[in-house]
Amino acid sequence: MNAATGAPLVRIRGLEKSYGAFKVLHGIDLDVDRGEVVTLIGPSGSGKSTMLRCINRLEIFQAGRVEVDGVVIGYRDAVGRDGPELRELSQAEIERQRADIGMVFQNFNLFPHMTVLQNITEAPVSVRRVPRAAAVENARALLNRVGLSDKEKAYPRELSGGQQQRVAIARALAMKPKLMLFDEPTSALDPELVGEVLGVMRDLALEGMTMLVVTHEWGFARELADRVAFFDQGRIVEIGSPDQVFSAPVNERTRAFLSKVL
Amino acid sequence: MSAPAVTGPLRPRRHPWRAVIGVIAVLLVANLLYKIANNQGFQWDVVARYFTAPIILRGLIGTIWLTIATVVLGFFFGTLLAVARLSQNPVLQTLSWGYVWFFRSVPLLVLILFTFNIGYLVPDIEIGLPFMEPWVSVPTNSVITPLGAGLLALTLHEAAYAAEIVRGGILGVDQGQFEAASALGISRRRTMMRIVIPQAMRSIIPSAGNQLIGMLKGTSMVSVIAVGDLLYSAQTVYNRTFQVVPLLMVATLWYVVVTTLMSWGQFYVERYFARGATRQMALTPLQRVRTWLRSPPAEPARGEART
Repeated sequence: MNAATGAPLVRIRGLEKSYGAFKVLHGIDLDVDRGEVVTLIGPSGSGKSTMLRCINRLEIFQAGRVEVDGVVIGYRDAVGRDGPELRELSQAEIERQRADIGMVFQNFNLFPHMTVLQNITEAPVSVRRVPRAAAVENARALLNRVGLSDKEKAYPRELSGGQQQRVAIARALAMKPKLMLFDEPTSALDPELVGEVLGVMRDLALEGMTMLVVTHEWGFARELADRVAFFDQGRIVEIGSPDQVFSAPVNERTRAFLSKVL
Repeated sequence: MSAPAVTGPLRPRRHPWRAVIGVIAVLLVANLLYKIANNQGFQWDVVARYFTAPIILRGLIGTIWLTIATVVLGFFFGTLLAVARLSQNPVLQTLSWGYVWFFRSVPLLVLILFTFNIGYLVPDIEIGLPFMEPWVSVPTNSVITPLGAGLLALTLHEAAYAAEIVRGGILGVDQGQFEAASALGISRRRTMMRIVIPQAMRSIIPSAGNQLIGMLKGTSMVSVIAVGDLLYSAQTVYNRTFQVVPLLMVATLWYVVVTTLMSWGQFYVERYFARGATRQMALTPLQRVRTWLRSPPAEPARGEART
């Protein structure tokens, strides 16, 4: 890792992604500093979730470059016949890179046949080779942190949506990630359960975790985001502090969107 | 009791015709059973004599052994075929599809006769690289005994069906499970083994139980190539004694007994793989009896109350 302190943790350049003939991302550029919280907002289908999923290579993109902590994700810089090129990494190498990037999904995606504790210890034990006892100890500490110490033996189906999402956050944190990606973490929740998940995310942000959050929770974006990026039709059309984007949007489409939802 | 009697007690409707139809049905069945039990043609004394005869028991063990071996091998290769079909390699996908297409097309009986006569098509079994001199070569007929031929045919057949069952099970697992495992850096193999297959098992088990029970009786087809299974053993006896019906009854009763045991086992396996998937575990028959004895009107047995 050749991470120079002060360099951005995430650096995205010229990211382009298409589904067949349909172009979803038109050359995204974005830098995220260490400890920074960036929320991605915009109409559905604007490409914000897709961009998030390109960062840990759940989506394969057609052009551009994603770096996390100074390392290109999914590729290796090389010199080909026609000059510099990016050569795809092996599956094992990509898996190793993903292990350092936590992700939280809209639908939680907990493993339903495993208890809460098994959900959290599975990846540390099988990917990081952490001894089971240490993994369990860490998992309990994480459960305590998200306020679910009494649920370690429960199966996901026995928990409320808010509790499941908090377990999912603990599961991601168990890998001690450098970066956390949140893909609409509260969209599948009943309104009264949103607060408990946002609370955990708030704690995480205040502890200095670098976070990229796709969300419709303007309150969260306003309070905790260092910057807000507004997506429209596969482009970041406006990016700035929450105050600037929410109160004094420069872009016409941002203004139109915010006037509809605020 | 203490509620105000504003509306009066709620009285469920009575259904006298249910009782009448029930009694008639029971009488019909009882009559049928009586006739079977008293039909001299079944020669129940002969059935009783041969039910535990050594030759029949040897055949029974042969059948059970062949069934289990076939289903285990069939599901092993079937799982590989399913994974190949769902892989990203188009060649493997096509080969897997072709295998399933072919072996589902060929009648099992024909397949058994083919494998039995395989020595005619392939005189020697050779191990080596394609298109090169083999390292090892043995005459086929020394390897493909009737039992080997039967096992081979049944396994080839079973793998094709198992492949589809396993594939269906894997497809039934939510895409989000693959994504969550990927995002955690869990390898594909581990994802399959630890995350996907255990969840797929929920839908695989009922079909697999069906296959197992189907195969139990499917193995009787190997009797045509003189493999000593249950049916062949019964045939051996009646070819000598001409007591055809009672000996077929002996075999039938054993098939029923083993099927019953397998269905019972399936219940518990299904229950095991349902953990985490249902809020309320299915009650075992014993638990059901106990609950009923404790409080006849339905009340969920000692399941944790969940909100």
